[in-house]
Amino acid sequence: METGCRSGLVVASRGGGDEESNMNAEVMHRIQFAFTVTFHYLFPQLTMGLALLIVVLKTVALRTGDEHWNQAARFWARIFGINFVFGVVTGIPMEFEFGTNWAQFSRMTGGVIGQPLAMEGTFSFFLESAFLGLFLYGEKRLSRVWHWLSAVLVFLGSWLSGYFIIVTDAWMQHPVAYQINGRGQFEITSFVGLLTNPWAILQYMHNMCGAVITGAFVMAATGAFYLLEDRWHGFARIYLRVGIVAGVLASIAIIFPTGDLHGKYLARHQPASIAAMEGLFHTEKGAGLVLMGQPDENTGQIDNPIVVNSVLSFLIYGTTKAEVTGLDAFPRDQWPTTLPLLFYAYHIMAGLGTYFAAVMMLAAFLLWRDKLWTSRWMLWALLLSFPLPYIANTAGWMTAEIGRQPWLVYGLMRTGLGFSATVSASNTLFTLLGFMGMYALLAILFVVLIYREISNGPTPVSTTQNALAH
Amino acid sequence: MGVLWFWLVGCMIVAYVVLDGFDLGTGILHLYVAQNEGERRMVVQSIGPVWDGNEVWLLAGGGTLYFAFPWLYASAFSGFYLPLMIVLWLLMVRGITLELRNHIELGVWRALLDGLFGLSSTLLAIFLGAALANVIRGVPLQADGYFFLPLWTNWQPGVHPGVLDWYTVLGGLLACAALAMHGALWLSVKTTGAVESRVIRIVPVLWGSVAVLTLVSLPATMRVQPATLVNYNHYPITYIIPLGVALCLSGALIFHRKRQALRAFGCSSGYLALMLVGACWGLFPTLLPATTGADRSIRLEDAISSPYTLHVGLLWWIFGIGLAALYFSISYWMFRGKVRSESMHG
Repeated sequence: METGCRSGLVVASRGGGDEESNMNAEVMHRIQFAFTVTFHYLFPQLTMGLALLIVVLKTVALRTGDEHWNQAARFWARIFGINFVFGVVTGIPMEFEFGTNWAQFSRMTGGVIGQPLAMEGTFSFFLESAFLGLFLYGEKRLSRVWHWLSAVLVFLGSWLSGYFIIVTDAWMQHPVAYQINGRGQFEITSFVGLLTNPWAILQYMHNMCGAVITGAFVMAATGAFYLLEDRWHGFARIYLRVGIVAGVLASIAIIFPTGDLHGKYLARHQPASIAAMEGLFHTEKGAGLVLMGQPDENTGQIDNPIVVNSVLSFLIYGTTKAEVTGLDAFPRDQWPTTLPLLFYAYHIMAGLGTYFAAVMMLAAFLLWRDKLWTSRWMLWALLLSFPLPYIANTAGWMTAEIGRQPWLVYGLMRTGLGFSATVSASNTLFTLLGFMGMYALLAILFVVLIYREISNGPTPVSTTQNALAH
Repeated sequence: MGVLWFWLVGCMIVAYVVLDGFDLGTGILHLYVAQNEGERRMVVQSIGPVWDGNEVWLLAGGGTLYFAFPWLYASAFSGFYLPLMIVLWLLMVRGITLELRNHIELGVWRALLDGLFGLSSTLLAIFLGAALANVIRGVPLQADGYFFLPLWTNWQPGVHPGVLDWYTVLGGLLACAALAMHGALWLSVKTTGAVESRVIRIVPVLWGSVAVLTLVSLPATMRVQPATLVNYNHYPITYIIPLGVALCLSGALIFHRKRQALRAFGCSSGYLALMLVGACWGLFPTLLPATTGADRSIRLEDAISSPYTLHVGLLWWIFGIGLAALYFSISYWMFRGKVRSESMHG
């Protein structure tokens, strides 16, 4: 059945234009989707990470009755609110773009991946938006327990939303529970199979650790900033404590077990991707791990490599002698496109992941020995590190999505067959530029707003009560 | 099963238009009905906690359309590429300006944000109406099931129309007037003082323009798309839909005169819902008519997903929409009544 479909899709004719303009259109559609989704995901990673940390703050407040923790949560709720809106407005285009830019892909796969996308709207966005309204605007109208509960439901909504998106992506990475009907369209054969795709579960755990790391670093950096500025000591310590504890747990879990398991699964099901990520051009027994280097697609070599012998074989198969398949085992037209980019993205992700675990463990040690508040160098390190999780999360997604190339649906539908043939390259370029301009403006606004919130700081308890009385 | 999903997607579109409709309408009117900072704050607070949830109906409806009718989704979204991108940008401008005004104190900046919020709301209402009119009029579908529409051609509906022609512009104006009225009636439920009295004064004016545009749009639709009457003539009982439209529209004015704001708002919701239902019934079972020949139209049975997909979909859909209805009830109940002055985030 798979072979039948493959030829069916390859034969399917694409209207309009010669080979070259189709190529350009494909590149434009890819860049627009990549750009808009990358910019979008800067916001949800903080939304999901902070949602969890706000639940932690609200839970402590509820259990201890300490108003400081509520106040601490209120400050993050303001940041969360701003961040959430930016996530919403940059997220709406994503669903549209499946249809506008990837029409043929949508027509062929809508019966499968339309399902989790529709479920995301129905199960998570309604939940999230309704209770976020209550959480942000309704504290005075709600009891303490209900306000806590609305924070929990916002958290649940945002984490569910993440799962549905990952189910969608996981099906493209590792199609399961499908068949192909007479019209060449994919349809699902098992709803449960689609939702419990092992790829989705592994990717979700790995990805959510990444989101918590972003939240944890942002919170810890804000605490460090206040201590370095000698302001808001009480709140700063709360933020550092919560940020560092969450940061240690997540930055360990993102490497082991989630990263490790995900990597092994990837090696089994997308051997060409892992070979390209690791820069392994030739099949080797006892393959070494390239820590750094520049892959050259044309010569099939890594320029200026730093290699640790046999480690790659061990990481994938648990033994230093195992044979790892290199890119030479695959036909050239099945190599991931833009190979060096994939290699760099993967190495940046892995390198930063190691750094996060190191810096968070060190900070946790100082926190435990009660030396953190006076270790200015550590506070500086935490403050300056907050952009890095954004880079690591972005690089991680680039690894996943570039690694999937040249396929839209791995092994079944090539990327070149999925875009909207009626939308020309220059129309897409026009809207891409529009998005770039719009997002540049949004980025500036976001930075200004967050900067203002951070410099205003968490309002002390008494002032807020005055504000409430008005 | 396909018929059921046609109407389920229809219901989600109705829910989107009725719910997001009043906050779009509020945006259209707010520069006029609220003339100082305190009044603006009241108007914005009347939609602040709910607009985002209302907009989710667009996403949930879009997602449902995607999995139930993938071909329709693919063809329509790529064919309306440019207008949809404009809609996306407008949605962004609107969402951002609405939220930003809570965070920016400077007067001039706030005036700019308010102006952009009003402008984007108005343009969105016009575009949504024009989009619906495009679907009724039909699009130049090619043999492969795709099309690409320019923004406008000679302003005439025909074999190769543009997104904008006289008919779709009419649809846009009707949507703009109807949502403005809907928003005004919402504000008369939620606001007090000077805002309320301005709203009360403006409703009859808006009502008049809605009535006129509705009356014009009926013969216009019959002329542009004569097929819309086939279903009605085949099942004459369904003429009850346009009758209901007329009743709801009259009811909106009558209850408004009696100062029964909630009922007037209910009538305008009914008006919007029945207008959409009437349009869907006129199209059924065609999903997207072709101007290039009826055999190219996208019909229900061509575009529907597989039975298993729809079957499972129905199970979670009922459950999910039930939950959504629950959340909406809780949220609207918590924020019921007139807007009380309170600062955001406690």
